[in-house]
Amino acid sequence: MALQKPQENYWEEKVETSEKLAVTIAVFICAFMFSVMVIWAIVGKQNPPQEAYKIRPSTFLERAIAFIEKYKVGEENGIPIVEAPPNVDQYIVGRMFQWFPILVLKKDQTYRIRISSIDVNHGFSIQPVNMNFQAVPGYEYVLTIKPTERGEFTIVCNEFCGIGHHLMRGKIIVK
Amino acid sequence: MTETKSITQELMEGERICPVTGLKVQRDAENLIKINAVMAVVSLLIGGIAALLLALTRWEAVHILPADLYYRFLTIHGMNMLVFWIVFFECAGLIFASTIVLNARQVSPKSGYLAFLLMLLGWLTVNYIIFTGNVGEVAVMFTAYVPLKAHPLFYLGYILFAVGALIFCILFFLNVYNAKREGSHSGPVPLFTYGIAAAAVIAVFTLIHGALAFVPVFLWSLGMIENIDASVYRLIFWGFGHPAQQINLTAMVSIWYLLSYLTVGGITPSEKVSRTAFLLYVLFINAGSAHHLLVDPAFGTPWKIFNTSYVIYLAVLASLIHCFAIPASIEIGQRNKGYNKGLFTWLIKAPWGNPAFAAFFISLAIFGFIGGASGVIMGIEQINMRLHNTLAVPGHFHGTVAAGTSLAFMGLTYYVVPLIFRREWLSKFFAVIQPYLFGIGLTIMAISMNTLGRLGVPRRTWETGFLNVPNKEILEMFVGIGGIIAFTGLIIFVLHTVLTLIFGKKLQGSDKPTFPQVAEPSTSKAPISGTLVLALTFFVYLVVMVSINWYWLSRVWEVR
Repeated sequence: MALQKPQENYWEEKVETSEKLAVTIAVFICAFMFSVMVIWAIVGKQNPPQEAYKIRPSTFLERAIAFIEKYKVGEENGIPIVEAPPNVDQYIVGRMFQWFPILVLKKDQTYRIRISSIDVNHGFSIQPVNMNFQAVPGYEYVLTIKPTERGEFTIVCNEFCGIGHHLMRGKIIVK
Repeated sequence: MTETKSITQELMEGERICPVTGLKVQRDAENLIKINAVMAVVSLLIGGIAALLLALTRWEAVHILPADLYYRFLTIHGMNMLVFWIVFFECAGLIFASTIVLNARQVSPKSGYLAFLLMLLGWLTVNYIIFTGNVGEVAVMFTAYVPLKAHPLFYLGYILFAVGALIFCILFFLNVYNAKREGSHSGPVPLFTYGIAAAAVIAVFTLIHGALAFVPVFLWSLGMIENIDASVYRLIFWGFGHPAQQINLTAMVSIWYLLSYLTVGGITPSEKVSRTAFLLYVLFINAGSAHHLLVDPAFGTPWKIFNTSYVIYLAVLASLIHCFAIPASIEIGQRNKGYNKGLFTWLIKAPWGNPAFAAFFISLAIFGFIGGASGVIMGIEQINMRLHNTLAVPGHFHGTVAAGTSLAFMGLTYYVVPLIFRREWLSKFFAVIQPYLFGIGLTIMAISMNTLGRLGVPRRTWETGFLNVPNKEILEMFVGIGGIIAFTGLIIFVLHTVLTLIFGKKLQGSDKPTFPQVAEPSTSKAPISGTLVLALTFFVYLVVMVSINWYWLSRVWEVR
C-alpha cells in the first residue's frame, strides 16, 4: 500500500497478534540494553572517564614538560621516557605526528593520565588492548586507568590528523 | 480511460500518465528527478573508483596508493558517496514522493532548477578542489575536524550543496501542501510519502546544523574568524554528519516499503505501527550524533547515556518495528499470490530474479545483521571505547549506508529507468547478477572491517604494519577481495544504467516495460508467521552480539 493512501480509519485498525508480539519483545530488548548501560555506568569497571577540563594548549604543554623534566628516566629515539609514582598526575601530549612522553607504569596500580592535543584532533588508541579516546585541542581528558597486564603498549593515532597520520605513535610500558 | 490520451495531448498538458502504475507524471517533476538521478549515478561512479583504490590500499599486501593519494581519495570517496550520491538520489526521491505519488504538480519548478544548480555548483567546487588542490589543504575527510584547515572552496562547496538540498526539502513540503490545497490528493498521504516526509523533516534540521557548522568554518578558513572551538565544532558537525545518515536510513526504509509493494505487491501489516515507527525516527534519531562523542572529553556521562541509551533506543525500537513490518509486507504479498505453504515458501518462491527484489532483500538483510546490529553495539557508551575510530566504524556504515541504503537505491533504480526515463534495460543478465555481486562483496568487506576494528586496527590510516594483530593479513585480503567484488557490482550498475539511458529501447506513449515486473497489489491481509520467526531470530542474534561485546569490554584495563 506504499503508493496508495491508506483507509481513512487506519488508526483504528487492529494490530495483528504476531506484530504485537514482535513489538513487545523489541521494547523489552531496548529496555534491557538501556538498563545494562546504566548499571554498568554504576558498577562496571570500564567506563569512559568523565573528568575533563578546558585548557589552553600552551598551558597543557608547559605542565607536561614540567612533568617530563621532573620524572624523566631515559630517552628512546629522542622521546623522553618518564617514570613517576602513581599518586602523581601523568601527562601524554599529542601533536603532529607523535605522542610523548613514553610512560612507565606499574601493573595493577591506578594512575591519572592527562591527555590532550596541542594542535589538531588526535585519536588516543592503546594497542593491543584496544582502548580508544579522543584527544581534542583545548580540552584535557583525565583517564583514571589501571593497567591489568604487563608489556609494551603502542599508542596509535586513530583520528586522521594530516598526511603523516599513519606515522604517529607513542608508547606505554607496564612493568 | 486516461491511457488513451495521445502523446500530443500529453505534451500540451506537460504531463503523461504512467502506463504501469496509472500515476500522473508531470514534466517538470520528471525532469528534476532525471537530472538529480543522473548526478547521483555520476557521483557514485567517482566514489566507486575511489572505493576500489582504497580497498586495495587497505589490503596492505597490495598497497596500491601512496600515502598522500590515499588520504586524497579517502576524502573524495567520503564526499561523493556519503554526500553527493545519496543526497542527489534523495532529492529525486523527495520530488517523486511529493508530486507523482500524490498525482500532483511540482510547485515553482524554477526554484527546483535553481536548487539543482546550487547543488551542481557545490559538487563541482568540492570535487575540483579535492582533485586539484594541495593535498595538505584538501585531504580533511568528510568530517573536516577543526582545527584541521581545508581550502575555503571546500567549505564553500559543502555549503552551496547543502543550501540546494535544503531548497528541495522546502519544495517537498510545499508540494505536499499544494497537492492537498488543489485537491489532487486528499486524506492521509501514502506510506511512502509519509516516510519520505519523515526523512525531509530530519533533513531540515540536519542541513541547518550543516550550515551552523560550515559557515563559521568557511569564514575561519578565510581568516575572518580567529578561533573555533574544536569540541563545539565536533558537536555541531555531528548534528549534521550523523542525522545525514538518518535521512538515508529513513529514505531507505520508505523505499523498502515501496519496493515490497512494487516487487511482490506487499502491504504493511499495520499502517498505524509503521507510521508510528517513522514518527519515532523523527523525534529521537538525531541523538545518533552523540555516538561520535562517547569518548570525547567535553561531554559528561549523563549527557552521553541520556542520548545514547534512553533516547536512541526509542529510535532503535522504530528500526526493530520496521525489521518486522517490512518482511511481513513481503510475506503478505507473496501469500496473496498463493505461496501459502508452511513458514517460508513465500520467501523461497520470492522473485529472486527480479533485480529490484534481490537488491531490496539483500539490502534489508545486510542492513539488519551487519549495519544495524554493529551500530547498536557501537552506540553503547562503554563499548564505544573499544570501537571508536577503529576500522569497525567504516565496517558498520558500509553495512548501513553502502550495502543498505545504496543497494536499496539501486533496487529502486531498476524501476526508475523504465518508468521515469522510459527506457528498456539493455541486459537482463547484468541487471540480475548486479545486486548479488554488490551485496556479497560488501558483506565480505564489512565483516572483515568489523573484525579488524575489534582487533584494534585504526580507520583512515594508510599503513598499520606496526600493529601485531592476529590474522591481520588474511582479514585485509578479504577487505580487498570484498572491495573488488562490490566494485564489480557497482560498475555494472553504473555502466548498465548509463548505457541504457543512451541506447536502451525507448518506450512510447502507453508502452509498458517488460522488465522488471510490477506485481499486482495485494488486497487482503494474510498470516505473517514466517516473518515472526525471522524477526525473533534477529532479536536473538542482536542480544547475543551485544552480550559478546560486553564480555570483550570486561577484559580490558579498568578505566573511569
